[in-house]
Amino acid sequence: MSAPHFNATARLLHWLMAAMILSMLFIGVAMVASVSQRPWLIDLHRPLGMAILLLALLRLANRLRHSPPPLPRDLPRWQVLAATASHWALYALMLALPLLGWSLLSAGSYPITMVGDWQLPAIVPHDPTLYGWLRRSHGLLAWLLFLILLGHIAAALLHAWVRRDGVFTMMIQRAAAPVASLD
Amino acid sequence: MDTIPSSGRRLRLALAGIAAIIGTLALAFGWTAGRLGGERLTAIRMIDAIEANKPWPYPGFRRAHSKGICVSGTFQGNERGASLSTARVFTQREVPVLGRFSIAGGDPHGADNTARVRSMALLLRSDDGQQWRMALNNFPFFAVATPEGFQARTLASRPDPVTGKPDPARLAALLERYPEIAKFRSWAATAPWPDSWANSVYNSVNAFRLQAADGTERYVRWSMRPHTPFKALTPEQRARAGVDFLAQDLRERLAEGPLRWDLVLTLAAPGDPVNDSSQPWPEDRPHLLAGTLELTATSEQAADACRDINFDPLILPKGIAPSDDPILAARSAVYAQSFNRREWEIASGKAAGAGMEFVTP
Repeated sequence: MSAPHFNATARLLHWLMAAMILSMLFIGVAMVASVSQRPWLIDLHRPLGMAILLLALLRLANRLRHSPPPLPRDLPRWQVLAATASHWALYALMLALPLLGWSLLSAGSYPITMVGDWQLPAIVPHDPTLYGWLRRSHGLLAWLLFLILLGHIAAALLHAWVRRDGVFTMMIQRAAAPVASLD
Repeated sequence: MDTIPSSGRRLRLALAGIAAIIGTLALAFGWTAGRLGGERLTAIRMIDAIEANKPWPYPGFRRAHSKGICVSGTFQGNERGASLSTARVFTQREVPVLGRFSIAGGDPHGADNTARVRSMALLLRSDDGQQWRMALNNFPFFAVATPEGFQARTLASRPDPVTGKPDPARLAALLERYPEIAKFRSWAATAPWPDSWANSVYNSVNAFRLQAADGTERYVRWSMRPHTPFKALTPEQRARAGVDFLAQDLRERLAEGPLRWDLVLTLAAPGDPVNDSSQPWPEDRPHLLAGTLELTATSEQAADACRDINFDPLILPKGIAPSDDPILAARSAVYAQSFNRREWEIASGKAAGAGMEFVTP
């Protein structure tokens, strides 16, 4: 009997989006600070953000249809709560941040250029108060996402290297080695 | 599955490894954001330095070119422009334009009659959804070649708290380190002062690439050359002119009819310094008239649309691309900082006075 694991879609999306989201966070802070690299960074930031939004929706649909594998029964209750809360937060942020990005560009009257000529329409009116709040929220939530990611990575590695309880493996392979029989 | 917890040395190694990974990620993020490590030049530091030169903050206002007035009109391109660039602005009949005149400096209620630098910002919106934003200045070339030079100039210009003026020693050191500033000083000291926004020339200063339909790329700088005849303001007239004379004059002229400028493209020759805006190009470079700007109205409204626009010169339509002039990338980064800070001030209710783009006499 194979150990519980995430399905192939979940695993693919997880690792693909992990790379994309981590890149996006670094691109985001870099493009704000850099006096020389902003043009290409921001040109990348916009379409990459929209791609993450689309993939996040697919991922959410997949997760609703295929329940994730259960956590080990002996995991302390506070860790179960932390895992649940952080995953809710991660999904919320994966969806909110691109939508905030799209909205803030709309509110700032910026063209919302994706690739080449292709632009997205504005989704909120041009307004300084909207822009101010949307832009600030986008920045703060991005930093929050980064902090939660650090916690997520730390927890994943604790499962992998310290507890060694199979949780990390759930996101790696289709079938773990069968449980050794005791007789 | 059985849990096999690590213990002892293995545990310590694992924990150390995790701490190292998390620590490295956090430090790398902090450094990339410009928040950690060193005196690396960032857009944040550049705007901080500009803000530090002001006697007090002006929440809600642009950090530079704070005083200005909104205008609107149309742009009509022509076939000469269309032959050099696929941008729709050159073929569309009457492209709507939103713009802003301003004076340089960080005081939204500063004096027009002592403002050497005057500027025109434009937003051309073509019917294919593309935008061309320009931020033009009346100086023919920039004071410095690099953002580092600009920052040095900002820092050296900081008023001494005792004298209220910049430290002459620091300015002298600046000039030694960035000798190209002397050229700009000479222009500022000798060029005649137009008596209006309407009869000033406004220059792109930075170079851009025009992309033609056949794939050819040409480096250009451009200017808005006024139809309104030049008339100089003598030093005596300047001293007597009111602090808001530019806006008053503009309103009077527009009440009598539209104001026009020609868009004149200057083509670079191979070898011309296209990435150094402190270097003018030789006078004999070809000049091509690519269209006409017509301004018909100026805004009386307090919170007109031009306040909440960032005239980022890197918002360009298809058919126009930036050069590698480092000043361009820096302008985009720094204008974004200014825009974000001032819009937040308006949004969070800290900007009571920012409704007024100009003071009505």
